[in-house]
Amino acid sequence: MLRNRRSDLVVAYLLTAPFILVYAWLFVWPVVQMVMLTFTDAPLIGDGKAVGFANYERMFKDPVFFKAIWNTSYFVLLTVIPGTAVALGIALMVSRLGGWLQSAVLAAFFLPYILPVTVVYVIWDWLTNVQFGMLQSVLEWVTGRPVNLWRAIPWFMPSVAVITIWWTNGFSILLFLAGLRNIPKDLYEAAALDGATRWQMFSRITWPLIWPITVLCLTIQLILQLKIFDQVYLFATGGRTQATMVLVQYIYEQAFQKNASGYAATIALALFVIVVVFSVLQFQLLRIRGQK
Amino acid sequence: MSGDPTTRDTSQSTALSHLTRSPAGILLTLLTLICAAIWFFPIYWAIITSLRSDQATVQEFGMLPTEPTLSGYIFAIVNSELPIWYLNSTIVSVSVTVLVVFMSACTGFAISQLRFPGRMVLWWTILTSFMVPITALIVNHFIIIAGVKLLNTHIGMILPMLLSPVTVIVYKQFFDGLPKEFREAAVMDGATELQVFLRVFLPMNWGVTTALAIITFIGAWNSFLWPFLVAQDEKMMTVTVGVSAVQDAYGVAYGRVLAGAVLASLPVALAYLFFQRRVTQAITLSAGIKG
Repeated sequence: MLRNRRSDLVVAYLLTAPFILVYAWLFVWPVVQMVMLTFTDAPLIGDGKAVGFANYERMFKDPVFFKAIWNTSYFVLLTVIPGTAVALGIALMVSRLGGWLQSAVLAAFFLPYILPVTVVYVIWDWLTNVQFGMLQSVLEWVTGRPVNLWRAIPWFMPSVAVITIWWTNGFSILLFLAGLRNIPKDLYEAAALDGATRWQMFSRITWPLIWPITVLCLTIQLILQLKIFDQVYLFATGGRTQATMVLVQYIYEQAFQKNASGYAATIALALFVIVVVFSVLQFQLLRIRGQK
Repeated sequence: MSGDPTTRDTSQSTALSHLTRSPAGILLTLLTLICAAIWFFPIYWAIITSLRSDQATVQEFGMLPTEPTLSGYIFAIVNSELPIWYLNSTIVSVSVTVLVVFMSACTGFAISQLRFPGRMVLWWTILTSFMVPITALIVNHFIIIAGVKLLNTHIGMILPMLLSPVTVIVYKQFFDGLPKEFREAAVMDGATELQVFLRVFLPMNWGVTTALAIITFIGAWNSFLWPFLVAQDEKMMTVTVGVSAVQDAYGVAYGRVLAGAVLASLPVALAYLFFQRRVTQAITLSAGIKG
């Protein structure tokens, strides 16, 4: 083949140059800078002096940091498995419909996913308003009195979790639907001819074949929910934020409210490590699946 | 929940039709419709409330407004910075979409089809950044953007939003999957690599490009934390950030707040409703499964 190697190289670097510049400046450099910051007492803007491992020592003795880890884990627990289970249920319900009915029902379930988080916040803030919220009648029926979900600590995380499932589940629903569609129909036809019950079809055909998608949804959700910030921040404004602090929120508070970006970077690095560990795990899972 | 298997076209299946037309099947369909209605209710209720006057929002609890009014919308447009926020959101989201899609297509093509020193390093950096929480870098992004005096500007808002490894990965995998003959034939005819990319590869995947563009646009329009940090005065806010600012300012005037919220979601909601299939495609592609 008569190709000019040198002009190929020029084209390759021309095509990748904008991307490489952006990545070097806004991904590689920030990661390096973050690690460097953890060894200083830098304020948000300006340089700090080197403090060795003081930030790390502080972090491992900081009750608010552990509170944030606990709250984040609690939130992950409340959303990841329940959310994926609900998504699978919805996908099973939607997949048996056909035509325009399926599109309409799917749209009803998926629409929340594309809403901005602040819109989700005002919608639910209105629904749960202590005086006028529609949901208060349901709550009153359960507890006997109106509840201010956003000021009562035990209610806070579960409520944010329910709203988050409502908001982000569309993603998992679509993945499950794609997975269900890929299951060959003859399997069910054959099972039906053999007189299998609905439950047998689900437990013997659907469940094993949908399992890889389930794992995928679980890991994607896990990594997503570890980074929770927006909803917790919005619903907690004006309240006792320490009690419901999550990791990203603590980074935000240290950097932008306490002007301590050295310490903020240390917490960010902790989050970084946690997410990378789970991501590598996910990547391995995907690779195993890909090799099959 | 039963695992009723019938997929899309129920009419075709013969052995299975008893499962959908049986009383149990009808009951299940009804249950599905009820669940969908409950799931959609918060959005419905927000739209209904936005059509009520301030007084009616706290007095009426019927499923339909007795005297629908657009006063909330007019108030939100006239008395807040909403039009400017809309402009900011549009500038930022469109720029992010165009730049992300363009850079990702170029990079994905180069990594997939060309051989150049540093290719594998680049690919591994992209895979690594996919695993890393970009959110953890906000403090450093803020310091960097402040360092070049771009806080409170559109460019400063756009720059960190350009990190989108998934888009590159999807493009690279798509280009990997195209038959080698296309490229070889074009090169035989004397086309340069750049021409191969622009005339052969890019036009072949308008579908993927549209799908990725829509999902990138929705993501950019909806992003909250970074625009919230960069916009230091009200005039620089995006709609997504502005909606919560209005909420704090208006207090319990939910009709107005929700009117603003409906307006803020309109572009993304329409993008989804018009391009439902493309959004689905983009999501399944980005998760690495075939739709």
